[in-house]
Amino acid sequence: MRMIQWFYLAVAFTFIYLPVASLVLFSLKDGNLPLPPFEGPTLRWYQDVLSDSQLMAALGHSLLVAVSSSLVACTLGFLAAYGLARHVLPGSVFMRGLLIAPMTVSYLIVGLGLLIVFNQLGIGVSLWAAGIGHVVINLPLCFAIIYASMGAQQQNAEHAARDLGANEGRVITLVTIPMLAPAILAAFFLAMTLSWDEFVIAFLLTRFEVTLPVEIWSLLRSGLSSKTNAIGSLVFLGSVTVVLLLEIFLFGRRRA
Amino acid sequence: MAPAVLWTLAFFVAPFTIMAAMSLASLEGRELVWAISFDNYHKLFTQPFLTKAIWVSLQITLTVTVISVLLAYPLAWIIAFRVPKRWQRLVLLLSILPFWTSYVVRSYSWLLVMSREGVINNSMLSLGLISEPLQMASSRLATVTGFVHFFVMLLTLTIFANLVQLSPNYRRAAVDLGASSWQAFRHVILPLTMPGIMVGAFLTFVLCIGDYITPQILGGNNELTVPQVIMMQLGRRGDFPLASAMSLVLMGLVTLAYIATARWLRLDRI
Repeated sequence: MRMIQWFYLAVAFTFIYLPVASLVLFSLKDGNLPLPPFEGPTLRWYQDVLSDSQLMAALGHSLLVAVSSSLVACTLGFLAAYGLARHVLPGSVFMRGLLIAPMTVSYLIVGLGLLIVFNQLGIGVSLWAAGIGHVVINLPLCFAIIYASMGAQQQNAEHAARDLGANEGRVITLVTIPMLAPAILAAFFLAMTLSWDEFVIAFLLTRFEVTLPVEIWSLLRSGLSSKTNAIGSLVFLGSVTVVLLLEIFLFGRRRA
Repeated sequence: MAPAVLWTLAFFVAPFTIMAAMSLASLEGRELVWAISFDNYHKLFTQPFLTKAIWVSLQITLTVTVISVLLAYPLAWIIAFRVPKRWQRLVLLLSILPFWTSYVVRSYSWLLVMSREGVINNSMLSLGLISEPLQMASSRLATVTGFVHFFVMLLTLTIFANLVQLSPNYRRAAVDLGASSWQAFRHVILPLTMPGIMVGAFLTFVLCIGDYITPQILGGNNELTVPQVIMMQLGRRGDFPLASAMSLVLMGLVTLAYIATARWLRLDRI
């Protein structure tokens, strides 16, 4: 029984790593087709990727859209969570539902809806449009994460600060935000990862300046190529580095 | 709070309403005609390629959901109860690491593995297991494999989180009262982890049925899913009304899945 379980673990890991391993291995192959047999290794595909100005521009656009849309989503999400958790308002259940609603809808539908609106208004699509779409999909997540971490503990600290004469702005910046920092950071990084990797909304809502997933998509049209392997491996290694750093510095410390 | 609500109203509720209205409009030539007609919905039943797309989407999604749960549960179980505590977090992290490959690239990587001269065919040929390369890419098998790969990682994470929350006393109590380990699992552990499984399964269903990338890269063009048909209407024909109607059908399917699993989901707790 024990043996079967370790065997299952080994098979599962093979399945999970087979595509990624092939991706990275054949990105080092000295030849055009990323298929066996392996020859090389060479780093020339990486050189190719780094000197491709279109790919690098797309990478910049992706970073820009990811960081700015996550900032907006987090800010709006925080304000909404603060308002709904601290004040008794009529219809607050309804508003909570409204804010969560985009989470239940496919990205494709969010993108299509916005595309129709931009078309009808005669506004061309752009990185701005994609950014707006990314805020729509990430706002519910940021709201839910931050709202869930607001408890009585913060409320007491806020009361204390107010009793001691702090105004609303100082309460938020000096008490609420520092106390909620882990949740806000978690929401921000989650939103950033999702935006960074999002394809279909960016595909529908950008045209001349595109994000990295859209640029990679257009590379795929030319079929299998070692260059696609190289850019894929670079993105993977970059993300893994960020995840490990976060695990070690941000979430590791909280456990210690 | 007001800004978030306004944002959601302006960029989600309004577009969605316009899209719903557009699903009732029609296209005459290249000209959009606003009207209230159910032609587009009628087409779903009369045009075979639309009806077929809905079936294909449902079949693929249900297959993927069931296989992913069946594969992920034992994996999460082994990590939760068999891997020594100090390695647990590392093994869990490793088992979901490829999750951070870009989504587009992940599907593409399966092409490297499954194509005619790819890794699987090449190794099986050289081991003498097959004499002719197998046709794997550009098929439903490839689409399902690509999806299952992604969702096994997702579900392993959610089921693991569920399993480690369980107190080992439940199992011990069942075994003390004479249950075999299978009975303890079947009648105690499984029911207790059912909500976690269902949340994961629902998430899988929603993400899978709405995905365009995986079937487009791996599925070939023999059979199209609903998202592929929607993108085709947008791209080639500019038929926004039909695309809108198909999108609402997609939402309808998700709602059905929600109703089917609602007794286990507690989304209202968020």
